[in-house]
Amino acid sequence: MLLKISWRNIWRNPTRSMVVISAMLVGMFAGVFSSTFINGWMQQRLKDGIETETSHIQIHSPAFKLNDDLKNYIPEANAITADIRKNDQIRGVSPRIVIQSMIASAETATGVKIIGADPMEEKKVTNLPDKLIEGKWFEGVKRNPIIIGHKLADKLKVKMRSKVVLRMQDTEGNITGGAFRVAGIYQTVNSTFDETNVWVCNTDLQQLTLLPDGAAHEITIFINNQDDLASIENQISATHPDLITESWPDLSPELGYLTEIGNTYMYILVIIILLALGFGIVNTMLMVVMERIHELGMLMAVGMSKSRVFLMIIIESTFLSIVGGFAGILLGALTTEYWAVKGIDLSIWGEGLSEWGFATIVYPVYDIPMVVTIAVMVILTGIVASIYPAYKGLKLNPSEAIRVI
Amino acid sequence: MSIISIKDLTKIYNASQVPVHAVNGISLEFERGEFAAIVGPSGSGKTTLLNMLGGLDDPTSGTIVIDNQRLDQLKSSERIKFRLNNIGFIFQAYNLIPVLTARENIEFIMELQKIPKEQREKRSMELLEAVGIPDKANIRPRQLSGGQQQRIAVARALASRPKFILADEPTANLDSKSTGTLLDIMEKLNREEDITFIFSTHDARVVNKARRVITIEDGRVKNDEVRQ
Repeated sequence: MLLKISWRNIWRNPTRSMVVISAMLVGMFAGVFSSTFINGWMQQRLKDGIETETSHIQIHSPAFKLNDDLKNYIPEANAITADIRKNDQIRGVSPRIVIQSMIASAETATGVKIIGADPMEEKKVTNLPDKLIEGKWFEGVKRNPIIIGHKLADKLKVKMRSKVVLRMQDTEGNITGGAFRVAGIYQTVNSTFDETNVWVCNTDLQQLTLLPDGAAHEITIFINNQDDLASIENQISATHPDLITESWPDLSPELGYLTEIGNTYMYILVIIILLALGFGIVNTMLMVVMERIHELGMLMAVGMSKSRVFLMIIIESTFLSIVGGFAGILLGALTTEYWAVKGIDLSIWGEGLSEWGFATIVYPVYDIPMVVTIAVMVILTGIVASIYPAYKGLKLNPSEAIRVI
Repeated sequence: MSIISIKDLTKIYNASQVPVHAVNGISLEFERGEFAAIVGPSGSGKTTLLNMLGGLDDPTSGTIVIDNQRLDQLKSSERIKFRLNNIGFIFQAYNLIPVLTARENIEFIMELQKIPKEQREKRSMELLEAVGIPDKANIRPRQLSGGQQQRIAVARALASRPKFILADEPTANLDSKSTGTLLDIMEKLNREEDITFIFSTHDARVVNKARRVITIEDGRVKNDEVRQ
């Protein structure tokens, strides 16, 4: 009966209740939609970061981690690669030669990171072949093909099949170099990455640098299931204790922090929204108590305990929060559903976003625990906001209250 | 054996630093089955006396014993429980819960007493029949006339099977026809079911029906007349 009374009491003044419910609805919609938007944005960045830039796991020699010199390679990289490939939890393993070098076109020159890899194996650890906007992955150029980013192509003023020259030191310390022809131009969401990373065949680079057969600076691993990351990392680490095995959160800590930063931002936003709404509820419920002093006095006079009166006011406020809050959550969910398919176009800020590696089309994604947490916070707001008005109701003297008309 | 016994009951209000004796040393006894009216001019102390009898106000001094229990010594929470199980209230302004139907208003009291649902439903219908409006069971107070609302208030007051019913000016807002009907219902309940009614009233029609009339002036009992 208490629930029935509380529920019906809400609709005694529908206009006032609808104002509170609408405020709650808008607030919660903003909270939920922002949460799914930011979550989607962060997850996209994380996905792009892993699939394009770092892969799941990388192995280096300790010396290379200290100084990425050409000589700090893993001599038996091919043997280690073959061993790791036996694990069926792993989708791909690609040994890479990694050199910091200069690239030059007829127009200009700039510093880049050259990645020399087996094109077929590399396809299994990076989605870069899918990011090609021109050309095909190491196809169409017979000798010394090179894949470069569109930003670098713009900077060097080169096009498909243009010639560029890579200059570096070989293992004996001599300056060497070679002419390469652009076989593909890629574009990722990270323009800085596009400007500073080029891919060539490992055999071409090996010839130029005189690196021994089977040597590589980096072994990149892409796994099938993200949940197995820690166990695979530990397994490889235990098998190759003389090497440094790192997963993507160690390789690119900022990627690991993204979700955390997004969540923290969301909680702060939701708390601010709920605080504002909470004061609205306090105000409404105080009006409710003041308007119903006479009735509350009567209820206590006929034998309703003060704790029940207190509870009745709390339930009323909680109902208001639940109705408004859950309607807001539902609206947020529906909006997310729509935009999750269509995507939110932020291309007017595209340049700035791509500098930071963020996609310009955002697909909102639910974070179920966060939505549940927001729902709980809504209910708690309703309860907390009604404590003071309920306390005022508790302090009423039935004989005095009953005289108030 | 009396069900209510009050001795030297005094209530002093300290309004504007000047003490006002709303009730000034009243001693009274009420027997089971009485149909008593407390009368007197406005400000004579009728409502204050009724509030203290109902445990809504604390006396400044004196004692109130109901069925061998000192009402004036009970804590606030105990007094609410005592009221629920021992005293029925009828107010001048009906004071029904507007969001509940007639039947739910009656059942509400029994639910506070934790009476099972089936019993509540059965008794609420019996009471609506007793006050002559079983057809209004599912109607909310706002849609009923004053007289009908007050009849539901009588049924609600009876719902908890109280030891006695306190009615503060129950006919003040009613027309003469509704007043007559209501008084007949209450008198019938009094005679047939031995329910004790204590009224505070200005209404001559109530006074005429009462079998005991206690006249109060300036917080003191001026006259206590028992009629046959």
